[in-house]
Amino acid sequence: MDDLDQLEAQSIFILREAYRKLKPLAMLWSLGKDSNVMLWLARKAFLGRVPFPVMHVDTGKKFPEMYQFRDEYTKKWNLELLLGDCPPVEDIDPTLPPAARSAARKTAGLAAMIDRYKLAGVIAGIRRDEQATRAKERVFSPRGAGHKWDVRNQPPEFWDQYATPHEPGMHVRVHPLLSWREIDIWRYVEREGIPLVDLYFAKDGKRYRSLGDQDITSPVESNATTVAEVIAELETSRTSERAGRAMDHESEDAFERLRVAGYL
Amino acid sequence: MSTIPTPAPQEAATPIVIVGHVDHGKSTLIGRLLYDTDSLPDGRVAQIIESSKKRGLAVEWSFLLDSLQIERDQGVTVDSTRIPFRLGTRQFVIVDAPGHRQFLRNMITGAADAEAAVLVVDANEGAQEQTRRHAMLLRLIGIRHVIVLMNKVDILDYDQQKIEAAERDVTALLHQLEIEPTVFVPASAREGDNMASRSDKMPWYKGPTLTEALAAVPAPSSRADLPLRLPVQDVYRFDTKRIVVGRIERGRIRVGDEIVIGTQGARARIATIESWHTAPQVAAVAGQSVAVTLEPDVIPDRGDFLYPASAAPLRAARIRTRLFWLRQEPLRVGESFRLRLATAEHQITVAAIDSVVRLEDLTEHPAEEVPPEGFAEITLAVSETMLFDPFVPGTSDGRGVLVDRNQQIVGGAPLIGVAESVAGRNAIHPTGSAVSLWDRARAKGHRGGVFWMTGLPGAGKSTLARGAETRLFSRGIDVSVLDGDTLRAGLCSDLGFSEADRRENVRRAAAVARILAESGQVVIVALISPTIADRELARQIVGEGFHEIFIDTPQATCEQRDPKGLYAAARAGKIEGFTGIDAPYEAPVRPDLRLETANASSDETAARLAAFIGDEIRLDEAAQRQKS
Repeated sequence: MDDLDQLEAQSIFILREAYRKLKPLAMLWSLGKDSNVMLWLARKAFLGRVPFPVMHVDTGKKFPEMYQFRDEYTKKWNLELLLGDCPPVEDIDPTLPPAARSAARKTAGLAAMIDRYKLAGVIAGIRRDEQATRAKERVFSPRGAGHKWDVRNQPPEFWDQYATPHEPGMHVRVHPLLSWREIDIWRYVEREGIPLVDLYFAKDGKRYRSLGDQDITSPVESNATTVAEVIAELETSRTSERAGRAMDHESEDAFERLRVAGYL
Repeated sequence: MSTIPTPAPQEAATPIVIVGHVDHGKSTLIGRLLYDTDSLPDGRVAQIIESSKKRGLAVEWSFLLDSLQIERDQGVTVDSTRIPFRLGTRQFVIVDAPGHRQFLRNMITGAADAEAAVLVVDANEGAQEQTRRHAMLLRLIGIRHVIVLMNKVDILDYDQQKIEAAERDVTALLHQLEIEPTVFVPASAREGDNMASRSDKMPWYKGPTLTEALAAVPAPSSRADLPLRLPVQDVYRFDTKRIVVGRIERGRIRVGDEIVIGTQGARARIATIESWHTAPQVAAVAGQSVAVTLEPDVIPDRGDFLYPASAAPLRAARIRTRLFWLRQEPLRVGESFRLRLATAEHQITVAAIDSVVRLEDLTEHPAEEVPPEGFAEITLAVSETMLFDPFVPGTSDGRGVLVDRNQQIVGGAPLIGVAESVAGRNAIHPTGSAVSLWDRARAKGHRGGVFWMTGLPGAGKSTLARGAETRLFSRGIDVSVLDGDTLRAGLCSDLGFSEADRRENVRRAAAVARILAESGQVVIVALISPTIADRELARQIVGEGFHEIFIDTPQATCEQRDPKGLYAAARAGKIEGFTGIDAPYEAPVRPDLRLETANASSDETAARLAAFIGDEIRLDEAAQRQKS
C-alpha cells in the first residue's frame, strides 16, 4: 500500500464509522476539490452509493461555474442534495473583520440546516495542513449546544476510537480528510480521475487554489492547466493554500474566532 | 497536454511525537528543526520574527507552533499539532504534544499512532514529573523507538561530564519502564547545536544529530504476514447482497479463504471482495478497508473478528489490562464502563485494581483506587466471553479503550492477557455496585474481610468461629460464620466427598464469603479445606482481604475430642477418605495466624482470634477521621 492507499483506507474507515454511529448524517459539499474527493471516497466506502444526503450551504455568492458543477454532478452521481441559504451579512456579528464577517454567514446557514434536519453528524472536508487552527481538530469533533467548538476541552481520540456523544442539541463534525495534505488531494484526483470545477486550472496566468465566495477569494499566479501540472507546481510551492482567503489574514485570531463559532 | 509524469507512489509519512516536561523546549525544538531544514512556508519566518518583536522577545521559534491565540497569550501549547516535514526523500509528520499536566488526553491523541518519539529533557533540570508521565505513556501506547534529546546543553557549557551524568539519570528512569532509548543526542534547540548540523562545541560527541537520528527511524513493520484479524465494522444490505465491511488489522484475505466468525465460531468462505472504481480484487492485505460477501451467507455482528481457524484469538471473560486513566477523578473497583476493542464494544466492570504506579519513582503498589490521570494494572470482568489478542506494540492488537455511558473515552487499556477466573467459569455476567467497598467500610466503621479457618476434623474450628463471632458482634461488628456442616446441610447438599465435590464445596464457600465480604461483612469460614490447593483456590476467589488461619491441634487431641463421633466411625471403616485417617491433611506453611488449641481454653483462643480479626478490619486513622 502506498501513501494514497493508506489515506484512502483510513478515510473509508472513518466514513463507515460515521454512517454506523451517527444518525441522521449528512455530508457537506462545498463543490471544491476536497469535498469532491470526500464524495468520491464515500462512493468507495459504500460501493458506488452515497447513502446519506449531501448539503450545500449556499451563500449565493459562489462562482457560476460552481453552481453548474453542482447541478451536473447531483444528477450524475445520483445524490440527495439538501440546499440551505445564509442570512444577510447585516445579521452577523459586526465586531468581526469584513471578510470574516462575510464568511460567518455560512456558519449561520450551516447551523440552521443542522437544526432543521436535526443532524447528529455532519461530514466536512477540512484538512490539518490548511490552517493552523484546523490542525487542532479531531476526526470526530463533538459540538455542544449552539454548535460551539470547545477547543480547550476536546475529547481524547486515539487507536481509531472516536467520541460519539448523544445528547440533545449536540452534533459531531466528522473529518475524513484531516490527515490529507493539499498535494495528496491532487495526486488522488489525478489517480482516480475525479472531476473538478475548471476554476482550479490556469486561465490567463491565474488559477484558484482554494474556492470560496467570489468576493473573498482571489486567484494565484499559475500556468498549471492540468492536474499533473498543478501537482508539479505544488511540489515547489512555498506559500500557503489559503493565502487567497481574505478572512485568514485580517487579524491574528480572526480565523480561530470563526471556527469556535462553528465555521469549518 | 502536459508532459509531466504522474509522481511515483510514495511511502506514507512517518509520525514522530515530541514529548517532554513543560518548558524543556519541545516547541522550540520543532520550530528550530523546521527552520534548519528549510521546511517553513514563505512568510512564516517573517511572521515569527514580527510576532516575537511585538511581544518584546528574541526570536521565539515556538511561536510557529503556538498558533492559537490563547496559547500565545499563556505561553503554553494547548493541543497537539501535526506538522509535515521532509528529510531527503522521506516524509515525516511531527506531532507536538503539550507538557501541561491537564492536557494529557491531547498528548495521547497526538502520540498514539507515532512510530517513534523524541523525549526532550532539559539537561540542567533532568527528568521531571511530565518526563516520567510521558515516558510511562510511551510505554503504554507501545512506542519503543525513543530518541532522547538532552536539551539546553549550552547552559552546561557543553561539558561532557555534566551532560553524561544527566543522561545516566534518564537512562535509569527509562530502564524502569523497559524502554531502551535508541540514542541520546546532546543538543541546544535554541542555538541549533546537533539539530540539523553537527555542533562544533561538543567534539567529544560522536553520535548522530537529531535529523540523522530521525532519518534512522525504521519504517513500520508490515502486518500483512501475521494471521488474519478482520473486525467487522458494519454489515450492509445493498440490492440483494449482504456485504460485510471492515479494515483488515493484520494478515490478508483471498477469495476462497475459509474464516471463523466471532465468538459464535461459525465458519464461512470469502466469496467475493466487493469494490467500486477499482480493478476486480481477489485479495487484500492489512491496512485496507474492504467489503466482502460470505458463503454461506451468515450474518456477523459489528465487533466480530473474522480469523483463521488455525490462529484464533484468546477467549476470556476476565482480562488483565494496563490502564492509563484520563479522568480527573479516581477510578474504583466496581465501576462499570464499555470496553472498545477494534469495532467491538463490551460491557465491563472493574473487578480488581491489581497495582497502581507511583509517579514519583515509577514503582507499583497495591491501592484502593486509581488516582486521577493515573496508571495502573487492573482486572476487567466482561459481561460475556470476548475474543482478543494481547497488546503488542506496533500492531493494533489488544488496543482496548474504556468509554463511559456518553461514549466519551475515559482511558486506554492495553490488554495484557487472561485473568484467573474467579469462578473457574466464563459465563458470568457480573454487574458492579455503585456503593464502593470504601463507602461500606466507612458506614460500618470497619472493613469487610474473610478469615478462613483450616484444620483437622475436631480441631475446634466451629467452636472458635462461634466464640469469636459472639465477641466481635458484641463490639458492633457485622460478622457471620460459614461453617462446613451448615453449608453441607443447605447450599452444598448436592455434594458428596469425592475430590471434585470437596473442591466444589470449597469453591462455593469462598464465593459466598466473597459476596458477604464485598457487602462489608466480616466472614469467618470454618472448613477443613485439607489441601494447600483448596486454600489457594479460596484465596484467589476471595482476592483482597483473605486471611488464612490455621487451627493447629494435634491429631491425637482431635481424635480424643471427636465431638461428632467421626473419628470413631472412620476407624471403624464406616467413612472413606476421612481427613487425618485415610486422606491427607496439608498444614498451611505460612498462615496469617496460627492458633494452638491443645494447651489453652477455647475461651482464651476465641478471644485471641477475635482480637486478631479486630486488628485486621480496623479502618486506619485517616479513614476514622473521615468518618467522624
